[in-house]
Amino acid sequence: MTLWVLIGIVIKILMIVGITQGTVAYLILVERKIAAYAQDRIGPNRCGAQFGLPAALLQPLADGAKMLLKEDVVPKYVTKPLYILAPWIAIVTAMIGFAVVPFGPVGPNQLIDFQIAPNVDMGLLYVLAVGSLAVYGVILAGWASNNKYAFIGGLRSSAQLISYELPLGMSILGMLLLAGSLDMNQVIAWQSQNAWGVLVQPLGFILFFTSAFAETNRLPFDLPESEQELVGGFHTEYSAMKFGMFFLGEYLHIITVSFITVILFWGGWHLPFLGLTPESSGLIDTLLKVGIITGKVFLAILFIMWIRWTLPRFRYDQLMDLAWKSMIPLALINLVATAGIVQLVRTYWN
Amino acid sequence: MVAYNYVFVGLLLLTAIGFALAPLALVALIAPRKRSLAKGDTYECGVKTHGETWVRFRIQYYIYAIMFVVFDVETVFLYPWAVAYGGLGTFALVEMVVFLALLSAGLAYAWAKGVLRWV
Repeated sequence: MTLWVLIGIVIKILMIVGITQGTVAYLILVERKIAAYAQDRIGPNRCGAQFGLPAALLQPLADGAKMLLKEDVVPKYVTKPLYILAPWIAIVTAMIGFAVVPFGPVGPNQLIDFQIAPNVDMGLLYVLAVGSLAVYGVILAGWASNNKYAFIGGLRSSAQLISYELPLGMSILGMLLLAGSLDMNQVIAWQSQNAWGVLVQPLGFILFFTSAFAETNRLPFDLPESEQELVGGFHTEYSAMKFGMFFLGEYLHIITVSFITVILFWGGWHLPFLGLTPESSGLIDTLLKVGIITGKVFLAILFIMWIRWTLPRFRYDQLMDLAWKSMIPLALINLVATAGIVQLVRTYWN
Repeated sequence: MVAYNYVFVGLLLLTAIGFALAPLALVALIAPRKRSLAKGDTYECGVKTHGETWVRFRIQYYIYAIMFVVFDVETVFLYPWAVAYGGLGTFALVEMVVFLALLSAGLAYAWAKGVLRWV
């Protein structure tokens, strides 16, 4: 490994971190705007108007400054080390998932590898493993706060996260079986040569996307927070930047989950009739691929936000029933059916 | 070359740790600090909090956690099988169907026993 490779990778990491954080800041604005339109309001429209900027473009800056300048209240009864560790875990686990996510074309003959660690061939397993660590942040926050709301929120949340992790992991197995790889670039390449995952694995897609909502604690699965009953759930006792870090972690998870959805089921950088292949490099093709993948990711994120303002929250027993009595059996059936069909095709087609 | 990629993952981990520490340090430096007795109280309904927080909670949470461990370990076994399936024959399919049938029987048993009922 030469020094240049190292410098290049550090620049890449800093760029990706910067871009994702900036995106998160603006996603919060986008979410507020969508909320406003869904409820027939105008939403934030002031920050930035002083400088002639439209549509509250400086709102994220104001939000960030507010997080930094507020007093960071640490209540007297908390278990302090764990209390401080929890938001920290939430944000670190959300960030390191990006190591294997391809933001564009990756390969030996491409201009740049749009991925931090391009040759980690267990990519998807790594993302799922890292994503499941987020439950520690939640349960530690709930436990260390020494607050009944936070405690109940933390318990509910961890039970929900572990329950939906199973369908999340099982629903992608059918797609992995077809693509024959855990490397996300291979999965995209397979889709560009055959068909999009959503077409060949419709049930897998529905199960994955639904559990993705639960894993990111979004409505209709936001029982850990449920403002009306538990105040704020596991982050009731957090204020200022520590609260902001939970928030940041949640939005980073949304971005990761949208990337995985796009990569596994929406064909990644592939669009029909454009003639893009895994090998095509060139400047225009590279830009096209990056543009298509980010465009699809934004569509997925907008869809997730749209759902939030459309559906009401589940009751807790309904939530658990959905995971254990419908989604897990369906995911198993999906896997067996996929394997069976692949076997039939292999035996009788050729 | 492949091993270096885990170095990159490690670098990202270090960046993430630094990134998560920076705002905490910044807050400690610039945020105002005014301690008061009321602020240090547990945030509940406005009245003094009653009793212990860390009480016994319902058994269902434990049961679901145990079920989760069983199924999560199973899923880990399914990954290599799914990825290698292209190179395996009918035997692999039969083997995995037997494996899944055993686990489904476990789920069905738990279901019949009423473990999955949230009361």
